[in-house]
Amino acid sequence: MLKAASSAESVPHCMGNSSLSGWGRRPVPGQELRSEDLDRLTRDAVLTRGLGRSYGDSSLPPGSHPIVVATPLADRILSFDERTGVLRAEAGYSLESLYHDFLPRGWFTPVTPGTQFVTLGGMVAADIHGKNHHVDGTIGRHVRSIRVRVASGEIIECSRTEEFDLFRATIGGMGLTGHILEIELQLTRVPSPWIWGEMLRVANIDEYLDALKASAAEWPFTMGWIDCLSQGPSMGRGVLQRGRWATNGEAPEKLPRPLMRVPVPIVCPSWVMGYTVGKTFNEGYYRWNRTTPARVVHPQKFFYPLDTLLHWNRLYGKRGFTQYQCVLPDAAGRPAVRQLLELLTQQGAASFLCVIKDCGEQGEGLLSFPLKGTSIALDLPVRDGTQAIVDKLNEFVIAAGGRIYLAKDAFTRAEHFRAMEPRLPEWLAIRRQWDPTGRLRSAQSVRLFGDPA
Amino acid sequence: MNVVVLGATRGIGRALARRFAERGDRVFLLGRDLADLDRSARDIEIRANRATQVGFAHCDLGDPDSFTSAMDAAAAALSTVEAVVVTAGDFATQPALEQSLERTRYLLTVNFTNTVLFCEQARTRLLAHGGTLCVFSSVAGDRGRKPVILYGAAKAGLAHYLEGLDHKYSARGLRVVCVKPGFVKTSMTTGLKPPPFAGEADGVAADVIRAIDRGQPVVYTPRIWQAVMMVIRTLPRFVMRRIEF
Repeated sequence: MLKAASSAESVPHCMGNSSLSGWGRRPVPGQELRSEDLDRLTRDAVLTRGLGRSYGDSSLPPGSHPIVVATPLADRILSFDERTGVLRAEAGYSLESLYHDFLPRGWFTPVTPGTQFVTLGGMVAADIHGKNHHVDGTIGRHVRSIRVRVASGEIIECSRTEEFDLFRATIGGMGLTGHILEIELQLTRVPSPWIWGEMLRVANIDEYLDALKASAAEWPFTMGWIDCLSQGPSMGRGVLQRGRWATNGEAPEKLPRPLMRVPVPIVCPSWVMGYTVGKTFNEGYYRWNRTTPARVVHPQKFFYPLDTLLHWNRLYGKRGFTQYQCVLPDAAGRPAVRQLLELLTQQGAASFLCVIKDCGEQGEGLLSFPLKGTSIALDLPVRDGTQAIVDKLNEFVIAAGGRIYLAKDAFTRAEHFRAMEPRLPEWLAIRRQWDPTGRLRSAQSVRLFGDPA
Repeated sequence: MNVVVLGATRGIGRALARRFAERGDRVFLLGRDLADLDRSARDIEIRANRATQVGFAHCDLGDPDSFTSAMDAAAAALSTVEAVVVTAGDFATQPALEQSLERTRYLLTVNFTNTVLFCEQARTRLLAHGGTLCVFSSVAGDRGRKPVILYGAAKAGLAHYLEGLDHKYSARGLRVVCVKPGFVKTSMTTGLKPPPFAGEADGVAADVIRAIDRGQPVVYTPRIWQAVMMVIRTLPRFVMRRIEF
């Protein structure tokens, strides 16, 4: 019998000039390492990523360690209990697969972000939220247990009853407390695979916020788009979407067909996402989407409208883009939302897409993003002044008592993040217990937490 | 259809086994690591959402002595084996192979000699009732090329063998499918820079199942590689000496 040559199992060398980027397409030198065998791959790694859908530098390596483990090949379902809906899977199992495997059987993830191209591991690391945050919280609330490889190399199963500190530091911990290997998640029963939803066109930001808060009481899923390029009385006009799972009686008999997906084939010139096109698009989008009565909606169209346009981040051109997402607490009052948008306009920044939604109470995850208030997400093409714009917005958010979402961030300064995150010292202390030297790190943790580059 | 997949826990083999099971085929998994096979079997059962259990047995292309018992176990579990798929194989870069004769010996033995020995076992069993033998060669076997001299030579030999089998046994009910994948983003190729037209395991698996259903003797996947290799095969030697492809 031939012995498997040892180099067959060894880790390949990093190719000289390869680069890695987040969804914002701002590359750094780096390379992904993929394998089905996550246990082996993570032994020496400093960072693990999923499908690279975080916008900024959360999934990018620190300068001195260009290799990042990628989980998408580690995608096995380990167990599923048809009676209770408890699913256990490897970290690379994707939401796209979960949708395909479980929605037809009447089960779905209790919380979904706005794209299907994420992994379970990434969802937990970012503690993602969805349109139902005001009702169901973040994904972390539904996670029962996480298997993590911590900095020492040891593998630990953490949950609400075992190593709870590690558990709550890992939910929303951006992969910095350990490599997430497996996750046990409580799925939710759905009465049908279809959505029952409606659209509401509203004339300005105040009306929009009223409608958003009023909808929250009756609808589990709410969110909407506003036009932040329009000024004056129509500032923040928009379209509010609200929905729930369709009942058996409402839903068509057949399963929803997978939607056609069209790729953006090339990296576009930078004017494509500039002011003029933005203005035209927002005007058109507002006019196109009229108030509609409740009706059956395709779940992918409802949850993942942008997934039909593959590589849509290429629209933003060579310099890429950043998403600025913050949450402003209800305590700051409703004018704060308007003021933030006005501040954005004063900076001369044009956001092509602006998404505003309602958030419920903050969850257990120590760095989890949402808190009771209003979340605002702005897509900003990267230009020379982007850093200054983000600084200004951050100063406003700090004063309002809000905070930003790490999974979107690429520009926030360390002192700003400290100022907006009172839970940070506790999280850092737990992280230090498990990783005294700060071995596990990312480009983002170097930038925000002062980890060694 | 009752299918045996050698190499079912990883890459294209994993994707194939899932697709077979999902459409109602019965699969039996062969691989090196029993614990890993067990995890893959559970994964396939849950995804396929069918009552049938997915069986598995140890089989190592590095150890021809494991072949008979593995195929016996498969035959016992499936009663009749209607298709045997071999995705398992070894890979190393040309520079790595040039540095180690030991490494080269292993790759050539596994990818050619032992794969052929396994196929010989599968052939005799499949001929009893008729069936499909689907084996992964590679576009690397289509022409001697600088980056894949040794790997390509083994895959070329394998493709030759499969062609011969097809000629001799197709009239007796053996359908041979030789798969020639281009660059596919799997753990085998991790660390290599993907060229244009690189494929994903699941897309390749869909192409392979279509080829098996049609009984197509040779299949390039992703399909664009058929055109790419047609060009490569016609390039004159002085060009091949200069380019690094």
